[in-house]
This record gives sequence, C-alpha cells and structure tokens, in this order.
Amino acid sequence: MLKMASSFPEEVLEHVFSFLQSDGDRNSISMVCKSWYEIERWCRRRIFVGNCYAVSPRILIRRFPDVRSITLKGKPHFADFNLVPEGWGGYVYPWIVALASAYPWLEEIRLKRMVVTDESLELIAKSFKNFKLLVLSSCEGFSTDGLASIAANCRNLQELDLHESDVEDLSGRWLSHFPDTYTSLVSLNIACLGSEVSFSALERLVGRCPNLRSLRLHRAVPLDRLSNLLHRAPQLVELGTGAYSAELRPDVLSNLSSALSACRELKSLSGFWDVVPTYLPAVYSICPGLTSLNLSYAIIQSPDLIKLVSQCPNLQRLWVLDYIEDVGLDALAVSCKDLRELRVFPSDPFVLEANVSLTEQGLISVSEGCPKLQSVLYFCRQMSNEALITIARNQPNFTCFRLCIIEPRTPDYLTLEPLDVGFGAIVEHCKDLTRLSVSGLLTDRAFEYIGTYGKKLEMLSLAFAGDSDLGLHHVLSGCDNLRKLEIRDCPFGDKALLANAAKLETMRSLWMSSCSVSYGACKLLGQKLPRLNVEVIDERGHPASRPESLPVEKLYIYRSVAGPRFDMPNFVWTMDENSALRLT
Amino acid sequence: MQKMEETCPQLLDLIPKEREWLVNKDDRRSHGSAEEKKLELRLGPPGQDWSNLRDNTSISHKERDESLLSLGYFYNNSNGNQTHHFDSSEKKTVLPSPWSSPPSGYHNQTKGPSFLQYSPSSQSLPVTQKASQSCCTKVVDLQSAEKKASVNTAVTNNTSQKRTAPAPVVGWPPIRSFRKNLAGTSSSKPASESQNVAPSKVPNSKPVETSRKGMFVKINMDGVPIGRKVDLSAFASYEKLSFAVDELFRGLLAAQRDSCAGGIKNKIGEEKEITGLLDGSGEYTLVYEDNEGDRMLVGDVPWHMFVSTVKRLRVLKSSELSALCIRSGKELKN
Repeated sequence: MLKMASSFPEEVLEHVFSFLQSDGDRNSISMVCKSWYEIERWCRRRIFVGNCYAVSPRILIRRFPDVRSITLKGKPHFADFNLVPEGWGGYVYPWIVALASAYPWLEEIRLKRMVVTDESLELIAKSFKNFKLLVLSSCEGFSTDGLASIAANCRNLQELDLHESDVEDLSGRWLSHFPDTYTSLVSLNIACLGSEVSFSALERLVGRCPNLRSLRLHRAVPLDRLSNLLHRAPQLVELGTGAYSAELRPDVLSNLSSALSACRELKSLSGFWDVVPTYLPAVYSICPGLTSLNLSYAIIQSPDLIKLVSQCPNLQRLWVLDYIEDVGLDALAVSCKDLRELRVFPSDPFVLEANVSLTEQGLISVSEGCPKLQSVLYFCRQMSNEALITIARNQPNFTCFRLCIIEPRTPDYLTLEPLDVGFGAIVEHCKDLTRLSVSGLLTDRAFEYIGTYGKKLEMLSLAFAGDSDLGLHHVLSGCDNLRKLEIRDCPFGDKALLANAAKLETMRSLWMSSCSVSYGACKLLGQKLPRLNVEVIDERGHPASRPESLPVEKLYIYRSVAGPRFDMPNFVWTMDENSALRLT
Repeated sequence: MQKMEETCPQLLDLIPKEREWLVNKDDRRSHGSAEEKKLELRLGPPGQDWSNLRDNTSISHKERDESLLSLGYFYNNSNGNQTHHFDSSEKKTVLPSPWSSPPSGYHNQTKGPSFLQYSPSSQSLPVTQKASQSCCTKVVDLQSAEKKASVNTAVTNNTSQKRTAPAPVVGWPPIRSFRKNLAGTSSSKPASESQNVAPSKVPNSKPVETSRKGMFVKINMDGVPIGRKVDLSAFASYEKLSFAVDELFRGLLAAQRDSCAGGIKNKIGEEKEITGLLDGSGEYTLVYEDNEGDRMLVGDVPWHMFVSTVKRLRVLKSSELSALCIRSGKELKN
C-alpha cells in the first residue's frame, strides 16, 4: 500500500486529497508519511485554529504556504457570560498582519470571540485581492467605520456576517460605502447593529445583488420597509426581519403578506423584535417551507406561538423564548416531526418564581414527539430524574444536550434528590453525545456516570456541582474525547487536576473559575508541562501576594506550540518555568 | 505545597500517591458505612427526623402534590424493564479509580423496608405504588452510595428556595448579555392578540408578569450641561412627562443661570416653572429623536406609539426651534 502510494505522482495525490474537506481527515493524511505531509501542506486551503494562542501565525504560515480560508477563535466560551475579564486578549491584529503578507489570495476569514479593531478591518480590506467572506461571530472592538472600509474595498465580498458581535455603532452610513458597481453579495447579517442605516442604500444594495440568499436585518429596520426589500429579493432563502411592528395600517399587513409569499425559497426566519402578533399571519403562507425559525427575540404568548409553529411541518430548528410554555411544546411535538434542534431561552431569568409554565414536561413532549431531535438547549426551573431518564430513553440520538435549571443546585423537585441519576441516564443512553451542560444539584456520582459513559463528549460545561476532587477526576480520567472543559463554582481542586495533568495536553482548553485550585498547583502544572499555557487570571492582584495554598480566582489552561503569549494584561499571569523561577 | 512538589512525578504519571489514595479510600469507605448506618436509622420508624422532613416538604411544596400526579402517570408509562436496564448497567461500571467506592455493597441497603419514605406519592397514590417502588428502590440504591449530604443538601436547598430573591451571580444563568436586555428594552409582557386566553393550566404556574424594569431614555436640555434619564414607563401621558421634565430641570436650569450670572447668591432659589413644553407656547419645547433617527415634536402621536418609538428626548429653546429643520408628524401632513 505504502509502496503504491509513494509511486503516485504528487499531482495525483494532490487531486485525491482535494476531495477531503474535513480538518480531521487532512490531519490524518499528513501523519501517514513525510511525503504525504509535504504534499498535503502545499495543497491545504482551509485552516481551523480553535485557539488563537495555541499556534503562532508564523508557525502556521511556515507549514501551509497557500491558504485561502481561515477560521480563528479567541476567548474562552465563558466569555459569553462575562466570566472573562475585559481586556483578557484574543486580539486578531497580529494575525491579520501576518496573513496579509503571507496570503494575498486569502478569501475567507471567520473569527469568533476575538477583539477586532477597525485597523484590522482596514488591513483586511486593503490586503486581500479576492476577499469573499468575513464572519465576525461574537467579536468586539470594532466600529461601523471598520465595516465601511470593508464595504468600500472588497469588491468580491459575498458574505458579511456580524453574528452577535458587539459593534460600536457610530452611524448607519457605512452601508452606503458599498460601491454602485458592487453586486456580489450573497449573505448579509447585521442583526446585531443598532443604528439605523439608510434605507434607500439598503434597498439599492439588495436590489442590485442577484445572488443574495441571506439577509438578516437589525431592529432599526421597521416592518413597513420590509416589503420593499423583499420585492427586490424574492430569491431569499434566509430572512431576519427588523422590528416586527408598525403603526396600525392595513396596507402594512397586506403588503408584507404578498411580498413574503413571493419569496418561495424562504427556509429560515429570524428577527421579530418588538413583534406585534397582528402581523404574524403575514408569514403563514411561507411556513410550510420553513426549516429554521428563530423566535428567541419574539416576545409573544403561547397561543400565537402555537398558531405559528403548527403551520411549520418541516421545521428542523426552533429557537424560542419560554413563553412557548409546555402547552406550546406539546403542539410542537405534534406538528414538527422533523425537528433536529430546539433552544428554549428564559424570558426573565432573574426572577426566582417562574413567570411562565414551562417545566420538564415540555421537553419530555418534544423528546417523545420529535424522533430526529439531536440538539437541545433548555432553560427551565424544575427538573426530575424521572423526566431526564424518560428524555434519554426517548431520544438516544442526542449529540448536544444543554440543560440549565436556573436556580443553582436545584434538586429533583419531586424527590429532592440530586439529579445524578437523570444525567447519568442522559450520558448512558445518548452514546453520540458530544456536548453536555449540566445543572441542578449534582454529586460526584453524576460525574462518575459522565466519565463512564461520556466517551464521545467533546465539550462539557459544569457549574455549581460536585462535592470533591473525585468529581473532576471522573471526568478527566473517563471522558476520552474531551476537548473543552469549562467549570465554574465547583469544589474541584489540585488533587484531581494534578493527577490528570497529562490529560490536559490532549485537550484544547480547561477553564476553571471559583473552584479550589491553588496557586501552587498552577505553578507546578506550568513548570512540569511546558506545552501547556497555564494562565492564572486574578483581578485581585498577583496571586503570589497571597499564600500559595489559596485558590486562584480563574484558571485557563490550554495547549500551545507557540509558548506563552506576550499580550497579557496585568491581571493575567502564565505559569511557565521562567515565571516560576522568578517568583520563587 | 511542598509535599506536592516532592511527589509531582508520580502525580504527573497519573499514579496518585498510593498511601494517600488508600487512606482516602478507607476513609471514604468507613465514612460511607457510617453514613449507611445513619441512613438505616433514619429510614427506620417514621416520626423522627424523617417525619420532619416530610412535613417540611409537604408544607413548602403543596403545589407539588399535584405534580406528583403526573409523576404517577409517568411511572406507569415507563415500564420497569428500562428502569432496571439503567440499574444493572450501573452495577457493571465499577471504575478502576481509587476513589470509587464499590456500589455493589450498597445494593442490600435497599431492602430496608422504609424506603417508601422517600416518596410521599407512594402513599397518596396507591394505584401507582408498585411502579414508584421500583423507581424509589433505584434512587435509594444509587444515592445511598453517596454521602447523606445529598439528602441533606436537598433539604437545605429546599429551604433556601424560599428566599425572596437569588443572590446575583456573575454569568449565571448563562445567557448572553444581549438576551438579558431583551426583557428590559421591549415591553416585556408578551404581546398577544388573544389576551383573554388563560396563560396556563399547569398547577404551579402564575400568570405572566409584567416586569417593572422601566424604560429609561436620555433627556438633555438646552443650557444645562448635564443630561438626565427618565423612565417613560412611569408616566402614562404627555402631561405627566411634561411635569416630570419641569421637576428634573427646573432646579438645574436655575442653578445654571445663577452661575452664568456670576454666582450672585441672592438669586438662588428663583426657580421658574418650565411650562408650555408641548404646545410651543413656553420658552422651551420638548422634542424627541425616534427610532428612525428623525427629530420629532413631542405630542403628535398617541402616547403608546411615542413610547415605542422614542430613542431620546431633548428640551429645546422654542426660539431656536424655527431654525432647526423639524420634521413634525408625518401622519399629520399626509
């Protein structure tokens, strides 16, 4: 086999490799032998970097000389919930500088949780001749000025997606910077913006881009403008509305209805800010074709949600607020037999008492009625082991199960027992589970189940759970495929971490905040495992100013071939050999 | 810490310090069996600690009795085989970890007769008793292997649930900040065509609450360098807003005039009421920027429409009003 393979001309192998798109397959190929490694690296066009500090741009460029598409991720996931202090890092500018000189033909940049300055955006706009795609997902640090330079300079831009980014919204004028000759837009997502854009500029842009498939607008676009936009783009597949309310005028509803029913390709709807249910019937005509519906900003009561959802028999993905209530999820289970993903967000997470009647029953109904359900994110206020066991048995094909019982350490509300058995059932029955978030009252026993059965788990989120180091030990020693582990407010400490230190090198990252890991253990890990970056994040000041046995505030550990980073703010310390020497 | 440094090679090799683990194990075991005894005692005749617990439970969770109905139903639905399935797979998973206490020893435990104490439902629901029994067996089975802490924490937690408000925890519940704003910025009561529809039929639910988070907008006044914020949800009409604006700025305006006049003390207190804000008859006129970025006169549209479109307010000198290009109510013109 090897002989035969080596007898192929390089061009042939290169052609064969070009059919392999997955990063994992590519990585495997390059491990076969030196010549495959060489051939593969020359023809790798797409790069995924799951942690921008795990590798340096220099190393990347040295190995892959001709990259067209790059995905970079910055801050840890818990940054979404304000657990990573402002200024921690994740700056993309040094990357863009390096990419600009190495890959003039770079076409795609996808960034997640990174700090992107206007300077970076300007550099992107100027440097890449054939730039096509910019996705800034949960990014921050840039303004509409940076977007203006992208709009003005990237003539071949097909996709601009500001997915959940925190943009400094100086003005809506940036949109007018797309030149009149620009017609290549395929996808535009500006749902996170606040400022009003010039509607005439938006209408002209939408009108002159014949390939536009996805348009996700922001709240400042009023409903009466939407019909005009839709008339110009009946080919849309994905639509995010702006504010879904208008002054009561009969023509708004009729115009919108006719404009929407002309969009025969529509498969996905989102937006619906400030929704007035009176206008919802406008979307009824396209409901049968919908596969994705994001109502997570739509404050509508259950009866209206039921009316809407029950007209969408082909729905595969539904995001919704808990106003849907159990009765709405019952209706969903009856109507949407193709549902793959369900997310139910809390409408008022900061009150103790439930404001809606959404319980474990809703999730049970969906797990019974929707046989294809794979992915769940569910916020609720009560859960029982029996419910979890039923859900697990109903739905063994879950790949993602994220349950958030809003009050920490809530036991099974029927028996007042911990929810260990219930989550045990989830991991036992759902053999393909790759992502799990647990909540409620959990003892170390729950983690024993997770370690025993969660063999395919890649990402695990823990909060307010466990009783001792044993819990963490079960997870680290048992979950063979774990890549990302994030833990907050759990009594896990040095013993479990040090005993499983080698495991950390197989993972992308470990986050622990408000746990019991001592500064001494952090130092030890940093010294003994030079391929790990062990970051202590402590806003109270240098951890060395306190006894070593005291727990650190936040700990972020990740493997890296780039060594310690140099852009740390004054509340982050890396525990490498040198720093340990310095400090002792 | 020193100990740790001495033994770190072993630790890093994933071989924990034997003695420590063994001690830990023994400790755990004896500890565990002690817990068992306690548990046995507690599980014995009802009327001691447990009866307290039960009373407590039934008092604080009256509404749960109803939900227990669904529990019974639930148990009937789930056939015993599957329950057993999980149970048995639990047995076969004895982890190699030095920590893991062998679960097998605890299985006898469940033969204690009083495990029914775990579930009030078994008494109130004789029909489903059999099914619940098997389930409860399992629960005891697994839980007794753990510390009694699980039970106790549950109880403490139960009492803690009675707190009026949870202590705010950063980053919990795990929701992106833009979602948190959602309830605050919009009318947080869901809009509905069918207002008469009862919001729910589930026992322990309450009607949807309107949150009182308010709707604050910035307000600035000509001649006053410092802006204020007003909560529009606190007013129900333009008149009330206009009174509030007067109250907010009257003092500031007077102070501003005083300071401009060279701080002559005896003029302080000469506060002039700000009137005619809405009809243009006074010295000042109230205008607002709407959600389309247009500057509009306050008072043209119905109050609720104003509240839903206003982005910020400004009190302008009426004399300067004509100089500004104001697009007053489009509807009026049309």
